[in-house]
Amino acid sequence: MSKEGNNLSEVDILEAPNILEYPYSRSTGPVIGEFMTKLRDGKIVGARTKSGKVIVPPTEYDPFTSEDIDGLVPVSTSGVITSWAWVVSPSEKHPLSEPFAWALIKLDGADSSMLHCVRAPSSTSVATGKRVKAKFRSQREGHIKDIEFFEIEEAANG
Amino acid sequence: MADVEQSEIDPNAPVTKISTPIELKYHFTAGRAASRFMRGLMKKKILGQRCPSCLKVYVPPRGSCASCGVPTEEEVELPPKGIVTTYCIVNVPFYGQKIKIPYVTGTILIDGADIGFMHLLQEVEAEEVRMGMRVEAVWQDDSEMVPGLESIKYFRPTGEEDAPFEEYKEYV
Amino acid sequence: MREVAVVSFAQSKSVRRADDQNEVEMLMPVVSQAIANSGVPRKEIGFTISGSCDYLGGVPFAFVSGLDAVGAWPPITESHVEMDGAWALYEAWVRLQHGDIDSALVYSFGKSSLGDISQVLSQQLDPYYLAPLWPDSVSLGAIQTRSWLDSGHSEKELAQLVSRNRQFASTNEHSQITKLIDPETYLAKPYIIEPLRIDDCPPVSDGACALVLVAGDRAKACSTRLAWIKGIDHRSEPHSLGVRDLSISVSTKQAGKNCGALDIRADICELHAPFSAQQAILEEALGIDESVIVNPSGGALCANPVMAAGLIRIGEAASRIINGEANCAIAHATAGPCLQQNLVCVLEGGN
Repeated sequence: MSKEGNNLSEVDILEAPNILEYPYSRSTGPVIGEFMTKLRDGKIVGARTKSGKVIVPPTEYDPFTSEDIDGLVPVSTSGVITSWAWVVSPSEKHPLSEPFAWALIKLDGADSSMLHCVRAPSSTSVATGKRVKAKFRSQREGHIKDIEFFEIEEAANG
Repeated sequence: MADVEQSEIDPNAPVTKISTPIELKYHFTAGRAASRFMRGLMKKKILGQRCPSCLKVYVPPRGSCASCGVPTEEEVELPPKGIVTTYCIVNVPFYGQKIKIPYVTGTILIDGADIGFMHLLQEVEAEEVRMGMRVEAVWQDDSEMVPGLESIKYFRPTGEEDAPFEEYKEYV
Repeated sequence: MREVAVVSFAQSKSVRRADDQNEVEMLMPVVSQAIANSGVPRKEIGFTISGSCDYLGGVPFAFVSGLDAVGAWPPITESHVEMDGAWALYEAWVRLQHGDIDSALVYSFGKSSLGDISQVLSQQLDPYYLAPLWPDSVSLGAIQTRSWLDSGHSEKELAQLVSRNRQFASTNEHSQITKLIDPETYLAKPYIIEPLRIDDCPPVSDGACALVLVAGDRAKACSTRLAWIKGIDHRSEPHSLGVRDLSISVSTKQAGKNCGALDIRADICELHAPFSAQQAILEEALGIDESVIVNPSGGALCANPVMAAGLIRIGEAASRIINGEANCAIAHATAGPCLQQNLVCVLEGGN
């Protein structure tokens, strides 16, 4: 046994990349499952609570009272931006590769907002209160990403 | 994204499952103690660290004594020899297996260390491995050395007399 | 209720990347210092608990190896929360109410630098509706900031707030960002995720902290000056961002009411607000007016070791009471996206 140098902090620290992958697949249950099934059809449904509020995307329970919901109801695929953020440099994980907006969108017929991305030419074309419409993918599988993005409604009509 | 089998069966069946793969990229750093240990292995040295309080020697060191909760500040070089405190015989084939079964994985207590680590035992028939068997490290070829325990190819018996149970019972 | 006091607190300096230290090496000095300053011998501590998140480093059960820092042999009574250390403190406080033990060690550590922390945090979101879109934590902070601005506030207020926090941070030896910024310089900077400028966001930080809680007469024997926990409560809101009004913090207000924070006049207040607008939202929820010094440490805006930053708020507030700078303090910690869950406690000096 021999004693080495005393300064144990003198060392070339070892580093290595470490990539974790989790191939999760999740059971949806009846409520999320129905929402996903309808997305596959290009439609959006929300949960109607006992107090008559419509929650989109739907939860199995009233998020404020924890009571069971009354059922699922269709809502529009268009709505209004209630808050947003403009991403200047999207990451490789983000749903769009060009600058885009994250937005909370209150769909017509809903009492809550859902988070998704909005494709727009620049941040100046996005604003709270602007109307947007869901753009569905042509190939849909029953997944939140079946909505490719939302787009500003006048642009969609124009 | 949607469950493949499910859509193959009936593309119009209600969705009951979704696929949500996650990939996260990390940058792992080993810290001081483990880096010194692993760099030492590349030079065919086994470097432990001694607790200033209970005087136990940790191999591999983590920079701390788990019993006393104090930093381990003294480095000690230990010989590449020790004993098998416990072991198991692997008979199960699995994907990516590199060693012919049956083989033996043992906990090796290096002479002078107070904690064992797992490694491979070779140059011995599985049924001949014993608790207390004295073993020595067989290093990789110089070109194969890496900063890690893979630099020790395996441990093999030295042929010396077994250590009596009394000597290592605290470490089993 | 059994009276419980914070008797000692220690923290590391927050750094961008503590490459030369593993979690244990980072944690050990602060744990040792907190125990030494408490006056309670290590082996007499009745309960040990940590708050951390294995996702930060991508190492499952990393919290178990964190125990190496405390000297857990012969076996000790310990627990862990996969949350900010402030919730570990809450569990310790509850544990001390049982009455059979008198002291507890609470510690917390986070190496946010090991992964892309804003992406890692997106994985705490709803796995069906949100996580598959990978909304990073900065984007969500930006959405909350927009809600706050839309509710009748201006970026000039954020400029003032950031500038003030930086001034405090410049005198905090544990802070990571210590550079001053005046409001004009702030306003001239570009957005990184509109409406956030870089100075509205927390730095990526590695750091650790530890504190010792002692109950009743045993606490009084430890020191002549203690920070007594006069009230503590935590409340949560729905997870879904779209059902909440992000411009206010209902759960902070509830927790503040329940722990007595709304009824006292505090000298100082430590708010766990990783984003600048969140600090303003929290001040409003707790009815903090200009007579209270908010975030004299500089706050999480200037040093944000994830999972420790909330406990650091309690430790910072307690330290200022223990050293006599303040007599009454409010400390707050948050967890989840956009201030989903909030813990508030009231601390008071005395023996």
